[in-house]
Amino acid sequence: MNTARDNTDTRSTDRAIAIRLRKVEKTFGKGESAVRALRGIDLDIPAGELTMLVGPSGCGKTTLISILAGLLSRDAGDMTVFGTDLATLRRDRLAAWRRDNVGFIFQQFNLVPQLTVAENVSVPLVLKGESVAAAVRKSAELLATLGLEGRDQSAPLKLSGGQQQRVAIARALIHDPRLLVCDEPTSALDAELGRRVMELIRGRSTSPDRAVVVVTHDDRIYNLADSIAHVNDGKIDQLTRVAREASAPATP
Amino acid sequence: MNRYAIKMLFGDSAKFYGILLGLGFASLLIAQQASIFVGLMSRTFAFIGEVGHVDLWVFDPTQSYVDEPKPLRTTALERVRGVTGVEWAAPLYKGLLVATLPDGSRQVCDVIGIDDDTLAGGPVEVVAGSLADLRQPDAVMVEVGSSQQQLRFPAELAPGTVPAPGQVFRRGDPKRSVEIGDIIELNEHRARVVGLVKCSETFVAAPTLYTVYSRAITFAPPTRRVMSAVLVTAVPGTDITTLAQRIRDETGLEAMPPHDYAMRTLSYWMKETGIPINFGIAIALGFFVGVAIAGQMFYNFTLDNLRYFGAFKAMGASTWRLLSMVALQALVAGVLGLGLGLGAVSAFGLNAAGGKLAFKMLWQIPLIAAVAVLVICILASVISMWKVVRLDPADVFKGA
Repeated sequence: MNTARDNTDTRSTDRAIAIRLRKVEKTFGKGESAVRALRGIDLDIPAGELTMLVGPSGCGKTTLISILAGLLSRDAGDMTVFGTDLATLRRDRLAAWRRDNVGFIFQQFNLVPQLTVAENVSVPLVLKGESVAAAVRKSAELLATLGLEGRDQSAPLKLSGGQQQRVAIARALIHDPRLLVCDEPTSALDAELGRRVMELIRGRSTSPDRAVVVVTHDDRIYNLADSIAHVNDGKIDQLTRVAREASAPATP
Repeated sequence: MNRYAIKMLFGDSAKFYGILLGLGFASLLIAQQASIFVGLMSRTFAFIGEVGHVDLWVFDPTQSYVDEPKPLRTTALERVRGVTGVEWAAPLYKGLLVATLPDGSRQVCDVIGIDDDTLAGGPVEVVAGSLADLRQPDAVMVEVGSSQQQLRFPAELAPGTVPAPGQVFRRGDPKRSVEIGDIIELNEHRARVVGLVKCSETFVAAPTLYTVYSRAITFAPPTRRVMSAVLVTAVPGTDITTLAQRIRDETGLEAMPPHDYAMRTLSYWMKETGIPINFGIAIALGFFVGVAIAGQMFYNFTLDNLRYFGAFKAMGASTWRLLSMVALQALVAGVLGLGLGLGAVSAFGLNAAGGKLAFKMLWQIPLIAAVAVLVICILASVISMWKVVRLDPADVFKGA
């Protein structure tokens, strides 16, 4: 992997900063059983880039993406996501912010088995108030561009793992979110499929006003990142900038 | 999202049918037991309704219910007739007498003796013969249901004939329905069937026989007091309540409009017997079975879907939106389960109609069942909702 190392917590980049974290802390529990999941995270995630969070299990990666996606509140520190301090939003406003700005790709896909593929994809649009019919139609169109033409009425469980992951990607992208958060998107896929899925995510999401954050253990896909944040014991240990030879992302 | 909530409910067919069966069984048990209870209780005062147009029933003041008459002296009739405002007063006999059938079997019968002159108090519907035929010697009319069941005659005995000397019938011999002309021995008196009548089932599960009052008291064991009640019609324009009070004051007897007497009878059965408690237990059982089965199933259904609700929450669905989805799922399951249960009860009721089984589904009963199912659904969904409220959207990243 062709990487360039930068051990500072911020990087010189000409891109705008999408997510800025300063001394962010998070502790679970109280007293002796308290666990300090994040111990003063400083991190800038540039817009238009794909940033990977890597590190051993229990190091705080999941807590970190939960906080920057607005799923968890921080205990201390400052954070803005596309200029918004999420701590200032009430719970209902925060849910609306996530609905409008964040796309999620979960490790377990979390596709509802009772709904069709298109209906699963349409959920973010329906949550935004779009009619089911229009949302499903748009979903079918997006699915077709992801190579799932004609599968929109299928049950999710009848698809292969790779196809299910593409459905999950479509669901994350259907409402055109500014922030795409992916939790181990390739863990259930073989190497080739995992690579194609990551290329798909890169190709769809890394436009200048967007950002992608991926939590992964899969070192086979590190070279698809723009930067890699090594999380260890609740802190960013190292920030690695990946020198990319070609800027053109792969197509689906 | 409501549409998706319904699809999630219907899509998990095993749990959906489990919930449906639980709620359906609960509503079935509640509505069916309540209907049988109402039917049974209605029978306690059914005889009062059988007696035609009467303004007041006059009876012994210590009498609790209509099927256990405390006999009055015959003079009571004249005393009642002497009260101002009484247009006419007719005697009524009601008592249990033993009938002996040609094959030697014995059957306790509920014998009703109505006024010889006016035939007031007679059955509402005469199926065969004429009510006036009761004025013939030894005449009785038999309730048509009993004529086909408890009072069946040996088939080889022609209608209107008596067994020949030495003719013996055995228990297993073929039987036929009682027909006009048949002879019954009633408390060792000859009684001849002159007609068949139809009347409501009463709480006394004995065949009903109608005859005139004067004959009924000859059938009955000789005592000084034989008259069961006096039926009174008021002079037109007389206030019934005032007349009842006047009869009470002047005769020392109780006087009540039919409705009040029916309620007095009902009240006795409700307060003095264990019937309401027994049925109440059955109804409560239905409710708790519903809570246990449907509640558990619905809770499991929600638990199974919790990860999807968590994903929805992460994607920006508000807690209220998720709660409305759970509530809608519970409501739809409740309505369908209720429909299933009430449909089954209705089918049961139609099948039982006209039979011996007491069944009366008042309009309030489906309403009560609906309220019960609603409560079951609320209880079931509240527990599920609690899980959804407590759901941390960040949990979706835990791979649960």
